[in-house]
Amino acid sequence: MTTTPAGRRTRNTLLGWSFLLPNLLGFALLTMVPVALLFYYAFTTWDIFGGAEWTGLDNARQLMHDAGFWAAVQNTLYYTVFHIPLTLVVSLGLALLLNKRLRAVAFFRTVAFFPYIASIVAVAQVWNMLFSPGYGPINAVLRAVGVDHPPGWTTSADWSMPAVILVGTWREMGYFMLIFLAGLQTVPGELYEAARVDGANAWQRLWAVTLPCLRPTTFFVVVMLTVNSFKILDLILVMTNGGPGQSTLVLAQYIYRKGFEENQFGYASAVSVVLFLLCFLVTVVQFVVNRRREA
Amino acid sequence: MSRVTRLLGYLALVVASVAVLLPFYWMVVSSLKTNNEVFTVPVKWWPESPQWHNYLDIWTRSDMTRWLGNTVLLSVVVTLLQVLTGSFAAYGFAKVRFPGRDLLFLAYIGTLAVPWQSYMIPQFVLLSKMHLSDTRWSIIAIQAFGALGVFLMKQFYESIPDELLDAARIDGMSEYGIYRRIMLPLSTPALASLALITLVNTWNDFLGPLLYLRSSDLWTIQLGLRTFISQYSAEYALIMTGSVLSVLPIVVIFLLGQRYFVEGVATTGLKG
Repeated sequence: MTTTPAGRRTRNTLLGWSFLLPNLLGFALLTMVPVALLFYYAFTTWDIFGGAEWTGLDNARQLMHDAGFWAAVQNTLYYTVFHIPLTLVVSLGLALLLNKRLRAVAFFRTVAFFPYIASIVAVAQVWNMLFSPGYGPINAVLRAVGVDHPPGWTTSADWSMPAVILVGTWREMGYFMLIFLAGLQTVPGELYEAARVDGANAWQRLWAVTLPCLRPTTFFVVVMLTVNSFKILDLILVMTNGGPGQSTLVLAQYIYRKGFEENQFGYASAVSVVLFLLCFLVTVVQFVVNRRREA
Repeated sequence: MSRVTRLLGYLALVVASVAVLLPFYWMVVSSLKTNNEVFTVPVKWWPESPQWHNYLDIWTRSDMTRWLGNTVLLSVVVTLLQVLTGSFAAYGFAKVRFPGRDLLFLAYIGTLAVPWQSYMIPQFVLLSKMHLSDTRWSIIAIQAFGALGVFLMKQFYESIPDELLDAARIDGMSEYGIYRRIMLPLSTPALASLALITLVNTWNDFLGPLLYLRSSDLWTIQLGLRTFISQYSAEYALIMTGSVLSVLPIVVIFLLGQRYFVEGVATTGLKG
């Protein structure tokens, strides 16, 4: 073993790389290289015949006038705008509830995770059956409580997105509940004591102590929810396949269609760059905000 | 807590439990019905006489055995690779100092925020050029080297004091020895978390197999179930039977390893 500083440095470098290499090789080849290639493909025209041909900003120009693309963007935003607040409120509410000393809390904490770990194909199929307009249980219940013309859910262009949003929230709420629960453990107990001494009621304690202390967690959850909403794909594919019409066609599905159904790899990559940049933007905002908080 | 709030709390818990569990209940109950019984007015919350034979029929009516076999194989291989290479790399990141290390780690972390959906096209092109598409290797390749494993294990290794390692070094143990004899045994809980999360992710992955596995003899349970649903769209009961079978193994595994699973999610969640 060498003992000179330079020798140790070389040795450590070799050692370090030897530890990284098995994972890094796979990671570089399968993640880093594709991400880099993406930004090349996005400027090419490419179908399955022949190779990529550099066409500069043609794809970008085509995107600007592509009604399907804009429909997908619009639907993605529709999903995002409703999915985030809904999931946020439900998962935070559940976490606050579970943080109380109630019986059966452990049971619910377990159960709330089931939707998140259950396979999306099975889950989407069950929900499609539950939402079935004619004979499904959901509309049966709605009729029983006096709704004469319950929605057509996934068969109706107006109601398919709300149905998808509901299932998306149902699936993810347990996950974010858990993250909120972990965040709640970091709220110092003395603060509650102090608030109680000052005569604050439960509602005031929530607004003055819990929520401010949870802000980093909430922020993180919002970031995660945003990225999750932007990239939503599997749920859509198995539940509505983008329909009826284009009513639930989302950005990631548009990439899938252009790439794997129409074999336009170049154009699909250009759409991918939009998704990439959207998520990147969210991450940059997160980074800046965290930086400012630490400073 | 006053009696009223306590009561309200329980009420909310009951409502939430019903909302979470009802789809699963419907799935199980429908899997025991006849096709005609699945959709009835009014809704039947219990089968007339449970059709247990659905759980025998599904194996002959579909390729369930093959799908499950493929899924188990892929899940096990991916999990082993992810745990091994992830923890190995994490040791390098957490406990060996060398130039460029932190920059490289930043690249790992950076990609955690990049959704797979945005680079699935170039990744597919790359793997196709390597003639790996439509082989099991494609799924293994795209699933086994994620940044998550490295991140989760590094997080854990950093909580192990350097003094412990220095003591072992003075005793003449090599870095590889330290990783194998000290770090691995100490990190069983984190390894369990990572293994469980990877296993569940691979089992449930629908998009990867959808893109890569064209030959029906390679299909995983998700892909198989999806095809079964579109081919036998009126076989409501059997579809639900297949769904139960696709979810059941994961639920059992989750219940057995819940503690590790939850810890893993909390770690990656809070620090991500």
